[in-house]
Amino acid sequence: MTESAAPTSLDVSAGNAEHLHETALIDIHRALGARLIEFGGWLMPVQYTGILDEHRAVRERAGLFDLSHMGELFVEGDDAGDALAAALVSDPRTLVVGRAQYSMICAPDGGVIDDLIVYRLGPERFLVVANASNATVVSDELAARLGRWRAVLDDRSLATSLVAIQGPRAAEVLAPLTDVDLAGLRYYAIAEGHVAGIPALVARTGYTGEDGFEVFVDWARGPEVWTALAAAGEDAGVIACGLGARDTLRLEAGMPLYGNELDRGTNPFEAGLGRVVKLEKPGDFVGREALARVAKDGPAKQLVGMVVTGRGIARHGYPVLDGEQRTGVVTSGTHSPTLGKPIAMAYVAPDEGAPGTILSVEIREQPVAAEVVPLPFYRRAKPA
Amino acid sequence: MVPSDLRYTKDHEWVRVDGDTATIGVTDFAASQLGDVVFVDLPAVGKAVEQFATFGVVESVKAVSDLYAPLSGEVLEVNADLGSKPELVNSDPFGDGWMIRVKVGDAAQLGELLDAAGYEKLTAEA
Repeated sequence: MTESAAPTSLDVSAGNAEHLHETALIDIHRALGARLIEFGGWLMPVQYTGILDEHRAVRERAGLFDLSHMGELFVEGDDAGDALAAALVSDPRTLVVGRAQYSMICAPDGGVIDDLIVYRLGPERFLVVANASNATVVSDELAARLGRWRAVLDDRSLATSLVAIQGPRAAEVLAPLTDVDLAGLRYYAIAEGHVAGIPALVARTGYTGEDGFEVFVDWARGPEVWTALAAAGEDAGVIACGLGARDTLRLEAGMPLYGNELDRGTNPFEAGLGRVVKLEKPGDFVGREALARVAKDGPAKQLVGMVVTGRGIARHGYPVLDGEQRTGVVTSGTHSPTLGKPIAMAYVAPDEGAPGTILSVEIREQPVAAEVVPLPFYRRAKPA
Repeated sequence: MVPSDLRYTKDHEWVRVDGDTATIGVTDFAASQLGDVVFVDLPAVGKAVEQFATFGVVESVKAVSDLYAPLSGEVLEVNADLGSKPELVNSDPFGDGWMIRVKVGDAAQLGELLDAAGYEKLTAEA
């Protein structure tokens, strides 16, 4: 038995592990028996007890994630808002202090360099969170784009631990540990305070499709925050969750993963994220001309959700067929733990993206039937 | 400890020979490396499998892995339970998680497989 087409290999050899970054929580992961893999230049836990277990914990109770591999870029200065508006496709100036927006940094040709979350911490102070695999590229590119503005970038990626608690019981577990008013903290909001007595930024954001929080603390305090949350959550059934569950959770929630749904060869409109691009905002921004053209002419491909109705699981890179004709490619696919069937996201031709369209996915040289469905696959029930 | 009455491939399949019937599955080591198995694709009854050639695929949440036949032979039976309960591969890899039964073509092929001690040595090094 050998792995033939693994989106992410489950194996990591001890040999290359020594060149990887380790988070401040690495000893905790090892003590929990995590399986560690390389991800974005970091040695990270892919699973502890098992992906299905961890996935269900987040949907039904809550899960604890070490996301210290993410990039934390602080942007500050009199022109910080204008500078970010010129560097990114969104308009962070429209954020009130304490709120966040999903954004992207694009190349002049409109291709996505990374997708980001921008938090407004003060009138001219922002936190930009980038993907681990792109953190250096984004840091360098953003620093260059800020050059002509009165704004400075402080890359605190290697000085920040990020611990997330995600799931319907996250708020009740975190509340007794923090002085931040969680009831008053809306979705996509952030507040400064303490968690377990440690100075922290607490954000109500996540990548799982559930309610939850992301807690930013100084690098060295990461293990204390993790340990406090794990202890506080024990009775509620909170368990440690790895990148494997994070991937299945985000896929069910229809959220893109950089490197799968997003890359330099893809623009935000193709990814169905045109709403993030503020073409009408005051001032120029990198990628505007190219993106305005895409907005006018329409995207060349379209990201869709698919459910495989035949036998098999669609995986990253598998061709999508319309009859005999190749019409697209699967970007992410797995067995959905919540729905109990194989789901996928794929790029297809723009005229083949209507829900209900029957296409097929080529799985090991055989066409297997799949139906286009609306995204997301899973939406949490809103509290009454 | 893996069962001592089985023979093993270096690719983590096992085979149990009973008369001229061989039962084939994957080891507990393989199941644990894979993680939660969610799909198993096996050949139809009547098809021929060849020693050390792929006979099917096992998929966990995250990974796709080929299955290699420990012996050549004709498929007599396929474990139909794995269609609805692929997790049997994780919970009982040497028992209810078996995959296929084949009619043994050439018993001498057993000589090319590892015994339990040899297989344990292999996984200890992995």
